[in-house]
Amino acid sequence: MVVSTLESSHPLDKYLRTARLPHIWCPGCGLGIALGSIMRAIDKRIKEGTLKKENLVFVTGIGCSARTSFYVNFDAAHTLHGRAIAFATGAKLAKPELEVIVIGGDGDIAGIGGNHLLHAAKRNMDLIVLMITNFVYAMTGGQVAPTTPLGLYTTTTPHGNPEPPLNVVKVVSSLNANYVARASVTHPALVEQYVYKALGMRGFRFIEILSTCPEIFGRHIGMRDPFTLYSTLRSKVIVKQSPSIEESDLDWGKGFVIGEYLVRDNPGYLDRIGRGLK
Amino acid sequence: MGKIVPLSGNSAVAYAVKSADVDVISAYPITPQTTIVEKLAEFIANGELDAEMIHVESEHSALSAAVGASAAGARVYTASSSQGIVLMYEIMFIASSLRLPIVMTIAARALSAPINIWNDHSDFMAVSDTGWVMMMAENNQEAHDDVILAYRIAEDPEVLLPVATALDGYFMTHTIEPIDLIEREDALSFAPKRKTWFTLDPDKPVTIGALGDPQWYFEFKRQQYEAMKKSREVFEKSVDEFAKVFGRRYGAVEYFGDENPEVVLVAMGHVVGNIKAYLSRVRGKDSRAGVLKIKLYRPFPEDLIVKYLEGVKIVGVVDRALVPGSASPGPLHSEIVATLRKHGVDAKTLSFVSGLGGRPVTHEHIGVMFSKLSELKDKPASELPKEPLFIGVRE
Ligand SMILES: Cc1ncc(C[n+]2csc(CCOP(=O)(O)OP(=O)(O)O)c2C)c(N)n1
Ligand code: SF4
Repeated sequence: MVVSTLESSHPLDKYLRTARLPHIWCPGCGLGIALGSIMRAIDKRIKEGTLKKENLVFVTGIGCSARTSFYVNFDAAHTLHGRAIAFATGAKLAKPELEVIVIGGDGDIAGIGGNHLLHAAKRNMDLIVLMITNFVYAMTGGQVAPTTPLGLYTTTTPHGNPEPPLNVVKVVSSLNANYVARASVTHPALVEQYVYKALGMRGFRFIEILSTCPEIFGRHIGMRDPFTLYSTLRSKVIVKQSPSIEESDLDWGKGFVIGEYLVRDNPGYLDRIGRGLK
Repeated sequence: MGKIVPLSGNSAVAYAVKSADVDVISAYPITPQTTIVEKLAEFIANGELDAEMIHVESEHSALSAAVGASAAGARVYTASSSQGIVLMYEIMFIASSLRLPIVMTIAARALSAPINIWNDHSDFMAVSDTGWVMMMAENNQEAHDDVILAYRIAEDPEVLLPVATALDGYFMTHTIEPIDLIEREDALSFAPKRKTWFTLDPDKPVTIGALGDPQWYFEFKRQQYEAMKKSREVFEKSVDEFAKVFGRRYGAVEYFGDENPEVVLVAMGHVVGNIKAYLSRVRGKDSRAGVLKIKLYRPFPEDLIVKYLEGVKIVGVVDRALVPGSASPGPLHSEIVATLRKHGVDAKTLSFVSGLGGRPVTHEHIGVMFSKLSELKDKPASELPKEPLFIGVRE
């Protein structure tokens, strides 16, 4: 491979541990788009002086999505599968000046870590949680995940998934979060816009980012090539200004409505315990 | 003899689970276990196995569901590795004290942090105090056979304890070997499905796990202790019968090497095979050395260990897990020392810690261990190192 002939630097390299590259993600994976968009939002905040690089902490669990903490050039903790939100809560309480961002797969955040998600949202904990929904447990090879569509083939449901998917946007909206949005890697500008917005808010901020996993999810459903999976997802995404929660079902037939489902400015947990910064 | 087919360790395990005709499987994916459960999902989808599979949201739930299903009278199975096994820790005690004959496979893997997906025995050793019968295989055939043995032992009315079988991650789980398959009929005549344990029954309602106050709790624990002791006898009977039926003989411990050894390495899992190969190929048959494989870890087969190690000058114990701060940081070494001292055997011991986090235990490492043993075999015990020797680490 002749890597040296490629452009050797990128404007966002300063936020990445370039010595760790190339990353382990598969060619055509949506995670690169997601990470790029998140980094652009952070870059914008840092440049305009509303975020300090040294205050950023990335906390992740385990999974392809969670692997981001390995590549970002901020303080980062690669914790246990499912436990990132609990870990992040501890970090935020110990040092309220930190901006703590959790990134993880839907299995990590809403499956094995679902209980932490509920309770962080319930207490409006001052965290940003970015959940990457690729519809399977990707890192472990494509087993059924909380967001896997009903009837779909996965390696643990070769007869078709018998369970309807979990609508995490709806669940989190039913709690006390300040911000709930759904984005998609097929619309990177919106990922950037929502993350940028969340970075300027307090309380619990949750963004589900629909993503493509051609290698593991796509392969088994006849969409192995990244373009096919990406354009299929794109054709199903419906962008709405302020969608209602009733429109949020993860429905492969009707399509996925993305947008900002919930925006409010209630006191966050730190405000309630008298340690808020704002 | 059954059909001989080339299978990975994980597939070998899955075929045995299929032959055991389990009713309920609940599991959560984790490397290197996952392909066991994936294979089982395939069997169910193909109609080759009539079982329910529950796709739970964590290992804590996987074992909890297994406990529920077993309490309802089902023959249940689960499998995991590493963080998954230690996440089950809480429920492992519940399964053993409710006396439910659950069978689980541990595809042995290192524990975080830092995250490491490769093989050692940290997970296996971490749960060795949970009241489960525990065994570890040396090769894929044994991993296959262990599942059938496990159901027979677990469901024996005199035992009624959960059994964990283990195989080394990757070195075995993902390595292909020829397997003599135990077919369903043979498996079920060796380990017949019969409800030997108390189950939930709406016609005769019982509450399981209800408060055991100071009046009763102690007695429960005492009985559990007896059951574990009993499992040792049942293990012996089962392997004897297994040898008769299937022609493969397993021992709670197995010895290979010189008939009258001066130095012996004690080890578990696939490394035993490496040591055997080293002894046959590298060291030559005339040296007075051997290897003692521990297959059954719980209950620890003290009698046989005494039998094989009595008269040996020095015993080296290879641990692939580390318990910092313990009197012996090698858990297997701790057990061996306790056994020898308890039974008045005065063989000297040396603790080797090697192969953590997937680092292979090579012939070179094994050579270093044997040289160390030979060098120290005639020294007084007081001159032996008190710390474990870390073999193959960068200091
Ligand atoms: C306690 C525990 N159980 C299981 C695993 C194995 N494991 C690692 S990543 C993963 C799931 C990954 O899926 P997801 O969280 O959706 O992230 P993705 O890889 O799809 O981005 C699992 C089950 C683990 N590391 N720890
Ligand atoms: S397995 Fe899927 S999610 Fe993971 S890196 Fe590959 S394409 Fe991306």
